[in-house]
Amino acid sequence: MAAVASRTAGLLRLRAAGAERRWCGPRCAGLVQGFLPPGGEGAAQKRRVAHFTFQPDPESLQYGQTQKMNLFQSITSALDNSLAKDPTAVIFGEDVAFGGVFRCTVGLRDKYGKDRVFNTPLCEQGIVGFGIGIAVTGATAIAEIQFADYIFPAFDQIVNEAAKYRYRSGDLFNCGSLTIRAPWGCVGHGALYHSQSPEAFFAHCPGIKVVIPRSPFQAKGLLLSCIEDKNPCIFFEPKILYRAAVEQVPVEPYKIPLSQAEVIQEGSDVTLVAWGTQVHVIREVASMAREKLGVSCEIIDLRTIVPWDVDTVCKEECFLNLEAPISRVCGYDTPFPHIFEPFYIPDKWKCYDALRKMINY
Amino acid sequence: MRKMLASLVSHVFSGVNQKPAMRGLLASLNFSNDTTCDITKCDLYRLEEGPPTSTVLTREEALKYYRAMQVIRRMELKADQMYKQKFIRGFCHLCDGQEACSVGLEAGIRPSDHIITSYRAHGLCYTRGLPVRSILAELTGRRGGCAKGKGGSMHMYAKNFYGGNGIVGAQVPLGAGVAFACTYLGNTEICLTVYGDGAANQGQVAEAYNLSALWKLPCSLSSERIATTQWARLSREQQPNTDYHKRGNFIPGRKANGMDILCVREATKFAAHYCRSGKGPILLELQTYRYHGHSKSDPGISYRTREEVQSMRSKSDPIMLLQERRRNSNRSNVEEWKEIDADGKKEIEEAAQFATTDPEPALEELANYSCTTKKK
Repeated sequence: MAAVASRTAGLLRLRAAGAERRWCGPRCAGLVQGFLPPGGEGAAQKRRVAHFTFQPDPESLQYGQTQKMNLFQSITSALDNSLAKDPTAVIFGEDVAFGGVFRCTVGLRDKYGKDRVFNTPLCEQGIVGFGIGIAVTGATAIAEIQFADYIFPAFDQIVNEAAKYRYRSGDLFNCGSLTIRAPWGCVGHGALYHSQSPEAFFAHCPGIKVVIPRSPFQAKGLLLSCIEDKNPCIFFEPKILYRAAVEQVPVEPYKIPLSQAEVIQEGSDVTLVAWGTQVHVIREVASMAREKLGVSCEIIDLRTIVPWDVDTVCKEECFLNLEAPISRVCGYDTPFPHIFEPFYIPDKWKCYDALRKMINY
Repeated sequence: MRKMLASLVSHVFSGVNQKPAMRGLLASLNFSNDTTCDITKCDLYRLEEGPPTSTVLTREEALKYYRAMQVIRRMELKADQMYKQKFIRGFCHLCDGQEACSVGLEAGIRPSDHIITSYRAHGLCYTRGLPVRSILAELTGRRGGCAKGKGGSMHMYAKNFYGGNGIVGAQVPLGAGVAFACTYLGNTEICLTVYGDGAANQGQVAEAYNLSALWKLPCSLSSERIATTQWARLSREQQPNTDYHKRGNFIPGRKANGMDILCVREATKFAAHYCRSGKGPILLELQTYRYHGHSKSDPGISYRTREEVQSMRSKSDPIMLLQERRRNSNRSNVEEWKEIDADGKKEIEEAAQFATTDPEPALEELANYSCTTKKK
């Protein structure tokens, strides 16, 4: 199998569950061949722009008029809706006043005033602690951490303060109206400190919710749910999708429920689970599996990492019925690399390879 | 006659421990093309006296500083060009405009002293001894890079130079630790811990101040004040107190003109002497300016005007200021400068050529050095 040098990376979680679905066997036995990129040897040299192709969902007409938006515009729209509806809502973080380094807060300061959209100094721990304080009094705090890689100074505040506030005070206090937003994931050239996907660190922390959207439509609905949710939420935004993902998104506010995974495509042989950018990678893997192996894949977008939707992913007794061990395809056990990014990312070739091995188990 | 007078004066003063002013006098009489220069007085905080307001710039020093600053300037501009050509990708933080800081800081300390800084490190990488080719090759991610191509722009290291750090402010407690090791190991070395405006607001910087003062660590905490933090303008919106040299509270500090290499040098020498004498940490605020934006994704004019940048270039450029000093004292080295320019240009071109043709690291390097054992 040829390794294709791709520029960008994402994080993948791939599992196959046999459950009540039996593997029917590949339809074309002779088709198990290395998946060479089109164009042969020469194409392997060429570096493509991204390791995925964004696949927009069909336009949703149930929420009224829609507008073409990319991911950062859909975030702006969600924030705009929140600030309009909730007079206590404030947005703060590094460089948010002029519109943010990824343009997610463009126009909001002009529209709502400098006392509602304001810059903070460079102090992540302070930003989150400050946000917790605002939320504890009942106001809505929307804090931005400039890159998810920088969230670690705030780790103590999130895990030890935000997540435990309600529990330790016997529900006397809570910081449920806190939402932390951060650009997340690889972008093709981010190297060690602009590419990280730290959701796993928070996945073991009861008391908070962690949400990652795959598209502009999903992002707006999920972000609005996070802001209105009565628990502190971390909303990671795949930065590679900020401009690359364009969809029709409703102008009016709407919510997508948290802790509910979405079955994007039903299938009968293998279950593929992913979130964020990686959903688009596994969509392509599913197509490859169908064409080349005759394998029917079920694709699940987890959406909320914690508390996650166990019931959708693992039906009852599924572990008693698996025909192959669960496979994880993800980055390696190294820091996110600089020059090696194309080899580090769990691209469609690695996913397809893992799927093939599982089918042949 | 003049020669006899010079040798007499030399003989008289040879046994004396000379102060800078005396050396200035001697230099003038030696006709060695040295210049006595006035430098701006530093603002002082909790200090009775500060660095001298006059110093001697020898011909050799002038040429050495000029060369270093020109190389750094050209290297940064070359990196800019290579970034636009997509040889360099990712996050690249240039320091052109701040050459006086890197060269001046290095001139004020010994090679055996230690330096740690932020991600805007290319200038200090060079002054700490890394060849230009290894810096550019690291930017392009090749095996000839100083970190084997694994670090990139923000993570370059050399002997007694601890990087190159991505997270703002994270290097400051590390610098305090390095300073502690100097004391603990019983040498007279110090650690220059360099950071920017934004880092001054990080909690861990306050912690580092406290630790350094508590244990009297030989840590010279140097903030390069460029009046911007990442993308945002430095203002009262960012902090009530914009005098970084006073932010250490109980730690003395001084503010110097970071565009004048002699000012930086003398302030650094003063700081180094202070730290070596066991008095503990000291803060140094260098007022400097970067011509490019925060990183290559920042046009640099979101929060400042083109006119402001142009004005700084034309009035306060560090290389120009150095040349002016020599010109004003009729000790111009024009021909020598031209030679240095040509030489520097050649060095940069060769380095760029290397950086674009050297192979990328072998794939096996991906997993190497995650832990101490190199994977076979």
